[in-house]
Amino acid sequence: MEKTVHVSNKGATLDTNRRNFLKLGGAGLLVAGLTLAGCRDEEMAYEQPDSIFDLGTGDVGILNYAYALEQLEADFYTKVVNNFYSGISSAEKQVFIDIYNHEVIHRDFFKAAITAAGAAPTPNLEFKYDGVDFNSRTSILATAKALEDTGVAAYNGAGKYIKNLDYLVIAGKIVSVEARHAAAIRDIINPGSMDFAGDDVIGSNGLDVAKEPKDIVAAAGSFFKTPFTWKEQGIG
Amino acid sequence: MNLLTILDKLSDDKFFSTETSRLGSLAQFSDFGKKAAVAAIPLGLGSFMATSAKGETTQEASFAAASALTDALQLALTLEYLEDEYYRLGINTSGLIPAADKVVFQQISKHETAHVVFLKAAISSLGETPIAKPNFDFTAGGNFQPFTDYQQFMTLAQAFEDTGVRAYKGQAGNVASNKAVLQAALQIHSVEARHASKVRRMRMNKGWVESNNGGNMPAATNAVYAGEENVTQAGYNTSTLFGAAAGSASFDEILTGQQASMIAGLFIS
Repeated sequence: MEKTVHVSNKGATLDTNRRNFLKLGGAGLLVAGLTLAGCRDEEMAYEQPDSIFDLGTGDVGILNYAYALEQLEADFYTKVVNNFYSGISSAEKQVFIDIYNHEVIHRDFFKAAITAAGAAPTPNLEFKYDGVDFNSRTSILATAKALEDTGVAAYNGAGKYIKNLDYLVIAGKIVSVEARHAAAIRDIINPGSMDFAGDDVIGSNGLDVAKEPKDIVAAAGSFFKTPFTWKEQGIG
Repeated sequence: MNLLTILDKLSDDKFFSTETSRLGSLAQFSDFGKKAAVAAIPLGLGSFMATSAKGETTQEASFAAASALTDALQLALTLEYLEDEYYRLGINTSGLIPAADKVVFQQISKHETAHVVFLKAAISSLGETPIAKPNFDFTAGGNFQPFTDYQQFMTLAQAFEDTGVRAYKGQAGNVASNKAVLQAALQIHSVEARHASKVRRMRMNKGWVESNNGGNMPAATNAVYAGEENVTQAGYNTSTLFGAAAGSASFDEILTGQQASMIAGLFIS
């Protein structure tokens, strides 16, 4: 049965400051933005018989996709900040702590958002880091760069599949932070260069990379120990 | 069509937040003195927007009309014209940018030029005429001297880039009806964010915006950062885990079309 979906087309529940949000929603509507958005029953993520999780369909699928990627980033930076490479500068340490904070917040946000939408969030995924040396500055920076650039390309490519405009704005709020991360990591790797927005990621038309979900999962797949499918996007 | 016409048309901004926050932004702009008069022109639309902001419609009905699509692109083009001219003038001003930093601003400039070309083509392809480049006054009525003072040049560069990030984000709903345009807008949006991060770091700031503190920025640019202190995202409190600074920085905020236009308008003579 399709629920009646009412969302504010002004995005007021998402975009105003705290005071206005409370005025609109009150304490009883702490998850107002996403609860109101709701989802259709057929958009629910579902558990398959063989227990391999499918990300789902519609906006829930996109949210679970973002959640899976944010889980990866959060997991990676958790390992980084719990075992800084030797000789790390205080400036680099601060950058990694900040990024770790942001990615953990993103991760927990998506879990809350998917739950609030009445759907099943992707389970806690396990990751593997073959070839990554957590004691090596070079290895950690290169991995961070790859993950941040991947995050930017993933959100840039997924935006067009988002139906609920409130979710689209949320994705926009996150992707620019990922891009800020990417530029900072690139700046640390090669300061005083054009690499912060290098020609390897920005085309001659001035556009950043956008990748389809199946290409993202293929590119980042080596990090995922826990398998999942996203049949709607031809993954798995 | 001039910018103010665009402003009028963008008054039906679907992500316009509240009259309260708009008035807060305007209070910041009073720092600019006479320029604030220009910024105040669209104010007559305030009551309409405050009313309509309370309305609710179904999800399907929330896509913007076709004119909102091209109006959003015209606003983007205006902002890109501004950035493009700004960096070109900076690069061409002898002795302004230290040799070591030139590579950075040349790269940014290259992207802004490409964005102008791209947006003009996109607008034309949708059957509209791209807005003409306005005449810019980068002193904002004598408040800034960006082409004689490198620190001010970087200050305004940061303001423009952080504004661009927020402005594109604020138009997401207006371009969502056209998937190709939406994706391209997102692809420009993240480039602006990369630029912003780099320029911020050159100014010894973090690449991201914590609270509404732009980072050693003059009060005249407060409107660029107003609202960035938000720590509530769809009801989720982002400050719970690591505090308000990290929480606010983990999500960038939007500028409405009107807010972005007002900031741009300060630099249009």
